[in-house]
Amino acid sequence: MTLAAATDLAAATNENLANISNTLIYSAMAVYTLAFFAYITEWIFGSRSKIGRTAAALTPGAKEAEAPAVTVRKAGATAVLERPKVVVRSAAGARDVPDGPGAHGGDERGDLYGRIAVSLTVLAFLVEFGGVAARAASVERAPWGNMYEFNITFSTVAVGVYLTLLALKKNVRWLGLFLVTTVLLDLGVAVTVLYTASDQLVPALHSYWLYIHVSTAILCGAVFYVGAVSTLLYLFKDSYENKLASGGRPGRFATSFLERLPASASLDKFSYRVNAAVFPLWTFTIIAGAIWAGDAWGRYWGWDPKETWAFITWVAYACYLHARATAGWKGRKAAYLALIAFGCWLFNYYGVNIFVSGKHSYADVGLGALQSVGF
Amino acid sequence: MSATSKTGTDTTPDRTDDQDLGAAGSQLTTAPQEEPPHLPSLGVIGWARWFWRQLTSMRVALLLLLLLSLGSIPGSLIPQSGVDATKVAEFRDAHQTLAPIYDKLGLFHVYSSVWFSAIYILLFVSLIGCIVPRTWQFVGQLRGRPPGAPRRLTRLPAYTTWRTGADPEQVRDAALTLLKKRRFRARVTGDAVAAEKGYLREAGNLAFHIALIVMLVAFAWGQLYKSEGNKLIVEGGGFSNTLTQYDDFKSGNLFTQDDLDPFSFSLNSFTGTYEPTGPNRGTPRTFQADLTYSVGAFGKDKRTTVKVNEPLRIGNSKVYLVSHGYAPVVTVKDAQGNVVMDHQPVPLLPLDSNVTSSGAIKVMDGYRNAKGEKEQLGLQAAFLPTYGGGTSVVSQFPALMNPVLNLEPYHGDLGVDSGIPQSVYQLNKKNLTMFKDSKGAQFRENLNPGETMKLPNGAGSVTFDGVKEWAGFQVTQQPGSGWALAGSFAAIFGLAASLFIQRRRVWVRAVKGADGVTVVEMAGLGRSESAKVPEELGDLAGILYDQAPGAPDPEDDSADPSDSPDPSPDPQAVPAEGAEKQ
Ligand code: HEM
Repeated sequence: MTLAAATDLAAATNENLANISNTLIYSAMAVYTLAFFAYITEWIFGSRSKIGRTAAALTPGAKEAEAPAVTVRKAGATAVLERPKVVVRSAAGARDVPDGPGAHGGDERGDLYGRIAVSLTVLAFLVEFGGVAARAASVERAPWGNMYEFNITFSTVAVGVYLTLLALKKNVRWLGLFLVTTVLLDLGVAVTVLYTASDQLVPALHSYWLYIHVSTAILCGAVFYVGAVSTLLYLFKDSYENKLASGGRPGRFATSFLERLPASASLDKFSYRVNAAVFPLWTFTIIAGAIWAGDAWGRYWGWDPKETWAFITWVAYACYLHARATAGWKGRKAAYLALIAFGCWLFNYYGVNIFVSGKHSYADVGLGALQSVGF
Repeated sequence: MSATSKTGTDTTPDRTDDQDLGAAGSQLTTAPQEEPPHLPSLGVIGWARWFWRQLTSMRVALLLLLLLSLGSIPGSLIPQSGVDATKVAEFRDAHQTLAPIYDKLGLFHVYSSVWFSAIYILLFVSLIGCIVPRTWQFVGQLRGRPPGAPRRLTRLPAYTTWRTGADPEQVRDAALTLLKKRRFRARVTGDAVAAEKGYLREAGNLAFHIALIVMLVAFAWGQLYKSEGNKLIVEGGGFSNTLTQYDDFKSGNLFTQDDLDPFSFSLNSFTGTYEPTGPNRGTPRTFQADLTYSVGAFGKDKRTTVKVNEPLRIGNSKVYLVSHGYAPVVTVKDAQGNVVMDHQPVPLLPLDSNVTSSGAIKVMDGYRNAKGEKEQLGLQAAFLPTYGGGTSVVSQFPALMNPVLNLEPYHGDLGVDSGIPQSVYQLNKKNLTMFKDSKGAQFRENLNPGETMKLPNGAGSVTFDGVKEWAGFQVTQQPGSGWALAGSFAAIFGLAASLFIQRRRVWVRAVKGADGVTVVEMAGLGRSESAKVPEELGDLAGILYDQAPGAPDPEDDSADPSDSPDPSPDPQAVPAEGAEKQ
């Protein structure tokens, strides 16, 4: 076989893989769409149930639940003793609102659809993962060489984060509808606007620090996204609870929808955990990027727009974490900061890539053709 | 439970509750206490103290952080002279009115502007003012001992109790041993055991903030002492690290020439390979430079390759491969046939990704024209590594597949002696006259390697002997980067400890009740509300329960609240399952 024939053959294989990848991505979109309808159905069935747990706990005059102070119990007369139970009491000043039951609202058929939706999400995730892997194989490198690849990888990882949380038995199923909606939008933009036929990375992008940097950046983004969604829902739920507590009457839709979500305190805590858990990883991401920049460009920090926005995002999340430890900034104000911080992350990806040119856009010809890369 | 009595009133902290806890909840953190910003009444010292307290408060730290992120934004949207000076110049041309205003505000160099510096300097003063007292406080806490049990353990966020036949002392001893085994700092005070764990959280938080200072100092140090120079070398050429050898050179304010590491190197060859076919045809695959270098004045020669992400490190310096291009080798003869330029490589500037290149060949002295007069020669050069034929003026591929050199000769005065610095890649045509062809148009010719162009009217000749590659190197010295790296990793670990470790306290009280049966009460308190605290308490209670098993309740237990039916909702009871796990 001549060299030319060998390269032709390799090119043909790559082209095949690229086509397989595209088919898988479209299939994943189809399955996500089915999952989307299943989630919607779950919410619709759930709306039939009458729940008013938050309202019961908050409406003035509601019966005050009494938690036991001592929980040693006797089993009949034979005094077989249970192990002591720990009684948990909210911190001073916190509302004692129970978590909602989730999208199905306790409705059995709703629950069934919810389970179907989760199964479909798992299936779509596997298909999409296959699509990303095929894409990586076709370009013979990590699948984040341009915005199209970044988008498909990002949504895969975001769904992966959600499924991992579910597998860890965290109460996050309510996130499903929001997640799948965004994933569909993300993929829609990817296949229509951002699609790029496979292309290769240039030498400046061949570095394991870059691989570390970009993979952790994607993971951080996915987790920050989950944090942002729950922060947003926290804000809604919190105003709902506030309204109830002050004797107001929220609308039917708000009631039906928000009653099924976890309590605002739980949402708040969840988003804090999620954001706090990835913040060190985000710090590491920036440092890994700086190390790579040091090797590739001869300076580890140069205030390139991409670097600058990574820094702004970092400071914004640091602000948020500080706010949570600062009197008068807890709760809603901190939540706004978290949303702003996520906005910075988003801008760093879309805004900077599209509106601002810098070294990361590889427009300069220092070393020949340097193409755009996700990060 | 009092928590339920507060439904409806939110956010206002329950004063009495807090006071009930007394010292139990104190010093779980070293974060500064928030105080309202009321104005001082004392004179200068009072004001100074007030100002200092404000500056080192969490609120102001938060505001400064916000300002820092806001202040970073303009620098990412407006061209920065430190990043791309040509863009700044373009911007200045395009925005005549805006540019002077931007200049006044330092918006072309945001990150070294007065106001940006002010923000981060204030932030770091605040940080130091925050860390020092917190460190002392933390050392005090490490020396001190966990505070005693509050009077009413039932008021703590996690609580459990049972009655046992064991003696109170026995229970306390068992609790002490258990807690110590679980690496709590524990002690017996009065009728209870007090224990605390998770000091690493505070240590991590302090380490993180200190690491931020280390990083800033390292960064500032690097800025002051850094140097960065560029050098273009043609294959076969060499360089030694002294100021005069650089094509251009920048350095920090405190840098001196003696700081340059002594070394030299020469470029044996540069290799660039490119994707030959397919949709990515022309995409670079490898760039590498093969160097021979020696360290110090009389160092031994060593060979190495430098690639794009793999600089050569010598002492504090790093040698990066940053650019490459072609240098056609030419021989120029004058009208008398004397060689005035002998096999000289002329580096040209690449213009696009297929390395279409342009530049100038300048023959400054030695040339005599057909009349025997001294003159200078200038040749505008365009070079295509892969000429596509016809009238195409751009290269079709970055490698040397069909190299063609296009030359456009001029004679006269190059203007190099006028004292005005001149780009080596451009001809100043003011005092130059073009050579004309037979039709009176500009004379120009395409040359393949080995071909010779005869200048009109016997004015001499130019031979295109062949092509060499050149590589651009950047030599940087950035002291302090080791510290910055160490600081950043310390920051990550400190941060992880600070965010993932929960500082919490556990109390175990064991007293004989009126009926002679021991009542054990356990309670846990974390710095922030967390599911981990009750889980851990349940775990501990389970183990302790096995050592001090439950005793039956007194006969008359009608008043025992535990017999009241399970209230619903009661989602918050956590079973003590620790013992089963053993
Ligand atoms: C350079 C700017 C700063 C950055 C990037 C920064 C970042 C952070 C981060 C990310 C945390 C979260 C860790 C945690 O919650 O345990 C934190 C906590 C903390 N920071 Fe800063 N900080 C800065 C300046 C300051 C300053 C000036 C102060 C002093 C007022 C301060 C005091 C604290 C305290 C007391 C905590 C712990 C809060 C708690 O106990 O939860 N920080 N900081």
